[in-house]
Amino acid sequence: MTSPDTSPPGKPLDDRFHDYLVDQVHPPAWRNPKPAGKYNLVVIGAGPGGVIAAHEAAGLGAKVALIERDLIGGDRLNVGCVPSKALIRTARLYAGMRDARSFGGQVPGDIGIGFAAVMERMRRVQAHLSRADSARRLSEAGVDVYFGEARFTGPCSVEVAGQTLRFKKALIATGARPLTPPIPGLAEAGYLTNENVFNLTVCPRRLLVIGGGPLGCELAQAFSRFGSQVIIAQDDPMFLPKEERDAAQILSDSLAHDGIEIHLNTTVVAVRKDGAQKIVDLESAGGTFSVSVDEILAGIGRAPNVEGMNLEAAGIRYDTKAGIQVDDFLRTSNRRVYAAGDVCLDLKFTHAAEASARVAVRNALFLGRKRLSDLVIPWCTYTDPEIAHVGLYVREAREKAIPVKTFTILMHDVDRAVTDGEEEGFVKIHVRDGTDRILGATVVASHAGEMINGLSLAITEGIGLRALARVIHTYPTQAEAIKMAADAYTRTRLTPARKSLARRWLSW
Amino acid sequence: MAEPSAETDEALLDRFERAAFGYFLDHVNPENGLAADTSRPGAPASIAVVGFALSCYPVGVERGWMERDDAASRTLATLDFFWNSRQSDQPDATGYKGFYYHFLDMKTGLRVWQSELSLIDTTLLLAGALAAGVYFSADNPVEAAIRARADALYRRVDWQWARGGGVTARQGWKPESGFLHYGWEGYSEATIVYVLGLASPAHPLSDDSFGAWTETYQWENIYDYEFLYAGPLFIHLFSQAWIDFAGIRDRFMREKKSDYFENSRRAAYVQREYAWRNPHGFKGYGKDCWGITANDGPGYKTLQIDGRERRLLGYAARGVPFGPDDGTIGPCAALASLPFAPELALPALRHFCARYPGMTRDSRLPSGFNPTLPGAGPAGWVSEGYYGLDQGLLVLMIENYRSGLIWKLMRQCPYIGGGLRRAGFTGGWLS
Repeated sequence: MTSPDTSPPGKPLDDRFHDYLVDQVHPPAWRNPKPAGKYNLVVIGAGPGGVIAAHEAAGLGAKVALIERDLIGGDRLNVGCVPSKALIRTARLYAGMRDARSFGGQVPGDIGIGFAAVMERMRRVQAHLSRADSARRLSEAGVDVYFGEARFTGPCSVEVAGQTLRFKKALIATGARPLTPPIPGLAEAGYLTNENVFNLTVCPRRLLVIGGGPLGCELAQAFSRFGSQVIIAQDDPMFLPKEERDAAQILSDSLAHDGIEIHLNTTVVAVRKDGAQKIVDLESAGGTFSVSVDEILAGIGRAPNVEGMNLEAAGIRYDTKAGIQVDDFLRTSNRRVYAAGDVCLDLKFTHAAEASARVAVRNALFLGRKRLSDLVIPWCTYTDPEIAHVGLYVREAREKAIPVKTFTILMHDVDRAVTDGEEEGFVKIHVRDGTDRILGATVVASHAGEMINGLSLAITEGIGLRALARVIHTYPTQAEAIKMAADAYTRTRLTPARKSLARRWLSW
Repeated sequence: MAEPSAETDEALLDRFERAAFGYFLDHVNPENGLAADTSRPGAPASIAVVGFALSCYPVGVERGWMERDDAASRTLATLDFFWNSRQSDQPDATGYKGFYYHFLDMKTGLRVWQSELSLIDTTLLLAGALAAGVYFSADNPVEAAIRARADALYRRVDWQWARGGGVTARQGWKPESGFLHYGWEGYSEATIVYVLGLASPAHPLSDDSFGAWTETYQWENIYDYEFLYAGPLFIHLFSQAWIDFAGIRDRFMREKKSDYFENSRRAAYVQREYAWRNPHGFKGYGKDCWGITANDGPGYKTLQIDGRERRLLGYAARGVPFGPDDGTIGPCAALASLPFAPELALPALRHFCARYPGMTRDSRLPSGFNPTLPGAGPAGWVSEGYYGLDQGLLVLMIENYRSGLIWKLMRQCPYIGGGLRRAGFTGGWLS
């Protein structure tokens, strides 16, 4: 096991990288520009979707304003994918050290965790990646960057920091924030979400994660690998309830392997403080029990950021749970205003925000008729192994009365996965039965997020399994599993009649 | 006893079937018919094991291992107990809404272990009662009473309630917390729950329940075998122990040009292929040593064995190819695949006998063994005692292979045929 955090307790983190990041994404000395006439596009929210939209529109020659109330880059850069993946990388390193003997390696002495150094690397990565989204770069690209709260003052005007911006079209990309769990005592005791977990200065000795969703599972595993005793409690009977059961099964095994205590069908009913620790009451199948922890991480979902913008003044309909109402062209109830990303989508992912923002910009500025429903959006949960998915699930296909067949390749049959000691997982490719048309796919593998991209390409471009079987894959790679699935499809086409013909032909 | 290698298949199977049948002579309370979950001291009764016991008595009579009068009186005692036991929503009752709690006290018949009111286990109990109702057809007071009791027990069950307001059936209910969180979804051993639930004259499941249940089916090509996937082997065996699925097809199987009998055959092949490939390098696994299923295990612990970390499980639903798999083999499930894949199951049985002679005791197979975990012999860890579900499944499946007795009986049960038809099954013996 990994030793506990060896950082000096309460040691302040090095702020160099944080200061650098802030200088990039919200420069303290920034002065908002003066609006000169009507904008072609005003973008509210400078997360991934907003930044992409502003860049795209400016690149096409539009006059663009981008409004951000906090930090450019949104959750992705500041409190989401970037910091979490930086932590996960270090966590994998620790897992690798722990498993060194399985690979014939030696573990020299005790594996101490320097949590401060882990977090410092995370900040360095954030700072490095912040340069691409800096306010100055956006400004140089022709985007008027405004910092401040945006508030609609009419159907085609918005106010920010005392200035009124008039627009022909607007795009709302304000994202979402963590839901507050309605658990008695939780707020008083204090809890972590993705918005403050990356500010930790000490690795919690005992951590309770509420909810077994993607973020909860990712961070539960990472902190476990840093030496925390981690408990996951969730209402659902299995992890990642939207994912395929077999994927959830493998993840459940993997988390257990990391030493995480898992309580499914379990509800957190109350929290109270007892000195420095938190006592959590849990209820499961009629029984109750309590656990003592140092920190609680709530990962139960996200709420769209729709408040404070005076959406009513612009005639934009919204819901505090589902977000801004949009049609398939991402247009709101105000024909001049569009929305993209977490504030209006069920799929709350960076790449979904970016893709939807591109659609919204085309539709807003060029009378485009691109549909949200035409997008093929993959996603990945970055646990170890990773779980990635694209397209339809079997259940969705069957609900649509589409006959579906799944070609499954186990990673334990993929040479490179075996040589890498990464045999846990599978590639499942769902096709319309009787055809080679790919409906969807799920990959569970150490690098599933990389592997799913080939399948997303296939679905987007209508490439079937027959064509994939003709694609020569590099040997040995884990992505070869996709080719193996295509080969399995090819073998099913060898009907008895065709076999008989082949035998007769080969009888010379 | 002849050496297994010299023994004919018929003699070998007779020996193991009779040994399995013996469980129901040794571990049943004749006063109330309750059958012990396991042979271990103090084990409670399992209502599913009672269902197997009721189905095994006709086999015992036909094979000459039991007098018909004895079988009939045991059967009637069992059905009388269930009919007269307390049905209420109180935590210490025996059942509620016609269903029964999973585990009962062997003597008092009251709920133990805070167990759930179980749909699948009640269904297996009812399957046994209905099998008895068909078999005991003689014109005498005892057998007439068996028929009446079996019918009444079945008719009393409120399947509509068991949906918990949804379309599909829930897995269970507890007086302390209501319906369990999750229902039966995906292919599982619950086919027979829907068949009997749909045929109920008084409180049937709705017409769309079976279709809703099958919506989560996964038709997969794994190791070049195409089948309706379920990981643990027992899932492919439990409903099949009573229902002859050969040649009859529901909508799903019509679409796939297969049937559930053929599906169980392919499941056995996938099991064997997995064990042959042995991806985790467990000892013993091979082409004649397979059977990854829900069964007893060495207990929840992590050990370093031969330089590898092994996470071991207790009683758990193991499955292939996605796991969990801790190296524990379920020999009973492998042998119970006999009617579907005798060319695989018989070599497996002979292998078990030859390679692990200490694992079988008096020709009775344990719930599990794990050669990876060091033990007294080559079988490594061996499950203590016997599980009633395993022994009952073995009796029914070996008998189905030898004579088809249980399948023939259940074909005559109008509720089985009626439920299958209502679920959309056609063809074969239903024509």
